[in-house]
Amino acid sequence: MLHLLFLVPILPFCGFVVLALFGRWFDRRQVAAIGVGSIGLSALFALLVGFDFVIAPPAGDHFSQSLWTWINVGGFSPHIAFYLDSLSVIMILVVTVVGFLIHVYSAEYMEDEPDGYARFFACMNLFVGSMLTLVLADNLLLLYLGWEGVGLCSYLLIGFWYTDPANGRAARKAFIVTRIGDTALLVGLLLLFTKLGTLQIQPLMQLASERWVVGSSITVAAAGLLLGGALGKSAQLPLQTWLPDAMAGPTPVSALIHAATMVTAGVYLIARMNVLFTLSPVIQTTVAAVGAGTLILAGFSALTQRDIKRVLAYSTISQIGYMFLAVGVGAWSAAMFHFMTHAFFKALLFMAAGVIILGLHHEQDMFKMGGLRKQTPLVFWTFLAGSLSLAALPLVTAGFYSKDAILAGAWASDAGGRWLWAAGLGGALLTGLYTFRMVFLTFFGQVQTPFHLKPGLRLLLPLVVLAFLSIVAGFLDLPRTLGNQPWFSDFVHTSLPETKEIAGSVERNLQIVASLASIGGILLAYYFFLREPGFVRRLMMTPLGAALHRFWFVGWGFDWAYDNLIVGTYVRLARANRADVFDLPMRGIALINQAGHIVLSRTETGRLRWYATSVAFGAIVAVGIVVFVT
Amino acid sequence: MASIPMEQGLLLAGVLFAIGLTGVLVRRNIIFVLLSLEVMLNAAGLAFIVAGYRWGQPDGQVLFLFVLTMAAAEVSVGLALVLQLHRVFKTLDVDVASRMRG
Amino acid sequence: MILTWLIAEIFAGGILAWIAGRWSRFWPRVISLVTLSVHMVILIVLWVRYFGPVGYVAKGPWVIEVSYSWIPQLGISYHLSMDGLSMLLIVLTNFLGIMAVACSWNAIQERVGFFHFNLLWIVASIMGVFLATDLFLFYFFWEMMLVPLYFLIGFWGYENRTYASIKFFIFTQAGGLLMLLAILGLYFVHGRATGVYTFDYNELLGTPMSESTARWLMLGFFAAFAVKLQVVPLHTWLPDAHTQAPTAGSVDLAGLVLKVGAYGMIRFLVPLFPEAALDFSDVAMGLAVAGILYGAVMAFAQTDIKRLVAYTSISHMGFVLLGIFAWNELALEGAVMIMLAHAITTGALFILVGDLNDRIHTRDMGRMGGLWQTAPRMGGVALFFAVASLGLPGLGNFVGEFLVVLGTYQANTTMAVVATLGLILSVVYSLWMIQVAFLGPNHVGWKLPDMNLREGAIMATMIAVVLWFGLYPQSILATARQSITNLQQIVATTRPEEKTQAPVDPLNVVLPEEWEAP
Repeated sequence: MLHLLFLVPILPFCGFVVLALFGRWFDRRQVAAIGVGSIGLSALFALLVGFDFVIAPPAGDHFSQSLWTWINVGGFSPHIAFYLDSLSVIMILVVTVVGFLIHVYSAEYMEDEPDGYARFFACMNLFVGSMLTLVLADNLLLLYLGWEGVGLCSYLLIGFWYTDPANGRAARKAFIVTRIGDTALLVGLLLLFTKLGTLQIQPLMQLASERWVVGSSITVAAAGLLLGGALGKSAQLPLQTWLPDAMAGPTPVSALIHAATMVTAGVYLIARMNVLFTLSPVIQTTVAAVGAGTLILAGFSALTQRDIKRVLAYSTISQIGYMFLAVGVGAWSAAMFHFMTHAFFKALLFMAAGVIILGLHHEQDMFKMGGLRKQTPLVFWTFLAGSLSLAALPLVTAGFYSKDAILAGAWASDAGGRWLWAAGLGGALLTGLYTFRMVFLTFFGQVQTPFHLKPGLRLLLPLVVLAFLSIVAGFLDLPRTLGNQPWFSDFVHTSLPETKEIAGSVERNLQIVASLASIGGILLAYYFFLREPGFVRRLMMTPLGAALHRFWFVGWGFDWAYDNLIVGTYVRLARANRADVFDLPMRGIALINQAGHIVLSRTETGRLRWYATSVAFGAIVAVGIVVFVT
Repeated sequence: MASIPMEQGLLLAGVLFAIGLTGVLVRRNIIFVLLSLEVMLNAAGLAFIVAGYRWGQPDGQVLFLFVLTMAAAEVSVGLALVLQLHRVFKTLDVDVASRMRG
Repeated sequence: MILTWLIAEIFAGGILAWIAGRWSRFWPRVISLVTLSVHMVILIVLWVRYFGPVGYVAKGPWVIEVSYSWIPQLGISYHLSMDGLSMLLIVLTNFLGIMAVACSWNAIQERVGFFHFNLLWIVASIMGVFLATDLFLFYFFWEMMLVPLYFLIGFWGYENRTYASIKFFIFTQAGGLLMLLAILGLYFVHGRATGVYTFDYNELLGTPMSESTARWLMLGFFAAFAVKLQVVPLHTWLPDAHTQAPTAGSVDLAGLVLKVGAYGMIRFLVPLFPEAALDFSDVAMGLAVAGILYGAVMAFAQTDIKRLVAYTSISHMGFVLLGIFAWNELALEGAVMIMLAHAITTGALFILVGDLNDRIHTRDMGRMGGLWQTAPRMGGVALFFAVASLGLPGLGNFVGEFLVVLGTYQANTTMAVVATLGLILSVVYSLWMIQVAFLGPNHVGWKLPDMNLREGAIMATMIAVVLWFGLYPQSILATARQSITNLQQIVATTRPEEKTQAPVDPLNVVLPEEWEAP
């Protein structure tokens, strides 16, 4: 079965090619059949491969498959080759299964679009193919191919409704900001190849650990550059500004690309290159610090948004901050576990929000929603399941188990572990608060806008499946204090290093504190937004409250600073030099020649006697020179 | 036969040449310009003959024959131009024919 | 013999097309297309035979060679030679020639015969440049390509064509003159040193000369090649020439004429003056990086879409120059790859812009917008080539750019890192172009016919080639490898102390000391 691995990424690409070339001749049913079917088949093969991998682990707990030699120049020979270990098994399963559910959902969600149905599915298929290439790549160059491919799809899908220039702007912003990180990654690739002579990930890790000393400057450079790539793609500080704007795309796109899969590519990259990060503790601590900082900042911003998708976007940034925190403190399996649960509940939240948005005629402002609990009970219950998981309600939700593992890992880490833990805890409180602010504003209170939609099976089924997964996925990895069945961690540890252990009693205490934080957040939200909404309103009237609200609402002013300092300067400089300053000397030469021409043409009087005079004069001068000078 | 000193011959040639040049430069009537040109040609020819005589070489006279034939050719072309000039501009003033002003 | 035939066939085809143009507008097109297609078949047969999967073991540096004495008194010979590098570039020339004929099938309606005569003569003389291994012959073809191109821009160009064609001519002519002086200088230096006065490339390699002589001669060559390769302060002819040239002229300019400069540097400049080129390499790489960034910034600022594409060429050619002066196998292979891939992508963009111009009769981006709505296939193709040109992995340009920066990183780390900034700026201009032309609201209210079968076929072919370059570049890289190794050896023998880049053995990497500090 394992040798069918190549079909997993190839099938979505085939779907893309068929839809891109012949999409215009298919009707919507056929387009949906091809678009969804290719991902479905891919998911099927991923399940088969994954099942086979778990049941009968191949030798060395990994499996490689090389298709062809991509480049072979001067000792540089990356192949188009796939590498499967427990890390990539988890990634491909999440990408294909969640991807499939989102495709099913999209088939109905996008049905009313006047045009671009085939274009939408073509891009979505291309995205899934690129994402699978990214996670299966055997070498960093192929990873980079997938990495840029998902970036391109993100651009195409954010700008899906292209007639609005604002969408185009958001799409370009996403591509350009992530490209800044990608370029750092590219330089990292150059450095790694130059120093270690290969880009194949496993030999690279091997060589790095053999040749390089822990904490040496080259490991800092290499890991730092890779981190740059991860920051851009995963929307972490200071490159996080693109993600909230990326919500301009259709909601299934936000669910698939900007919540479940692409934005976690940075976490995957760090986990994949874990040896390099372990070799440079400085950078690894930076990863944790960036994660902690981002999760707090994004949490505050999420608290102030009006647009339901922007709340979810900031929440995604914040949750990826948790994953960064986890990989930063060396809790590798916790990071992957949170990646998985987050993919489930965040995709669910986006898709449920999508149903609401569709039902309210593309109204996204939460203050114009309300009372939807009665109108769409199924959406409400699934959304609630996702929210509880996001807020990490103790014991019964998946989010609790994954977040708990991260907090335990933070506590256990050597480098400022207490501070990181405290940040994570604060984030947990914030998460509960902003999540249930969203729930209460949207589903409780007065009905503001009537809901017109009878969601079909294709919209609802993915919600139900993901709601189920958001609750039960947590039981895959039960900590020692609660059942001690770490199947997931054991599986991940075949490819990633072990997490540092802490004492069982400490772990139990941490769990209790974390539970209190998340329940406290939910209760605070209940108090502020359902029972006493006037209190928040009064708070926002105070000058400090208004200023803070404004500051958080615009995402801590990063956009403002970038627009004015970098983008504005660049555009002004470029436009000022539109006529090309280097053309001036060339035009100057031409002008001098023209001036000379005018002067000399004056001497051409057309008079015979004038010419004769000049000939005589010239002859006299010439004779004079010959006689007197020589 | 008393020989004429070379200096005197050359002086004559020079004077003739100067007269011819002055004629070319100051006369506006094209016929006079052509006449002055002939004077200049003959001045040059005279210089050749004097020089040839001085060194006892025939080259000077040969060259004078060339100057004569060339002058004849030049006159025929020149007179044709004079006729054209007269036909087009109804005048013999060369300054009128200044269309090639830069 | 086959090499002579290769060139002569196209020259003859050109004359035939001119003659046919006296009676018909149709036959010149057919004659050109048939000539070039037959030629393409021959070339592909040759390619497969000499560089195909069976593998060709070259007995010498050249695969095919032909040499006749031409003016023996002056040591001038008619000497054509082909190796992998020339092969690739000739195939490219021919391919773009076909595309140029195909894209001007309907657009050119005046003096059709003379147009195709010029087109074919450009193609033939560029092939001559790629094949000549006698410097005199090289110069001969070099100048010969200029005149038909001048006519092409001057006769069939847009509104400001006279200015553009004269500017183009003067720039390249001035550069060519300096090269002629350098060629003559080299000829006499070699003659004095060895007593043999010859223009033959193989003989002139390794001519002993003083450092300052070498530097000045090298600069003479550099001037000519740099003008063609649009190295930054000398690039200003190009935006004008591109903007005003007819589509076929732009395709030839971007695809072929620029490559001639790069080819000259790889084949002549560095091997003939290895030491001088090495001393000059920092300056040249600095110019290259300046070009990469400057071209990208300028492209973003343009409002004329053709001018925008022209400035992107400057940015891409910066990578080629960078690769040439990094002079190791990775960088050189990368430079060759960019030359090919850039020719296709930029050529395709010019054809596309030409098609657009035929429909809306303007190149002003302010008058465009929302064209995706009315011509989605065109938009899709434009998007494809825009992302190819911004260096998306999996498409041709990326392979080249990555290899160049990888090779440069080993030669000069700073330059490589600064050059990668160009990858960010390229996204800015590419997406800007797509946004302004094809996305956004259709505020003018254009209703355009989408691509027809002919245009679609041209684009489909070019898309296929770009994908091939991106996903299986090995066929290209392998063809060029032998000649690049040869050139490196030539340089390495005269630069004894400077070791050429040995293949990096993964198990034998020496680390600099300072990194190892615990």
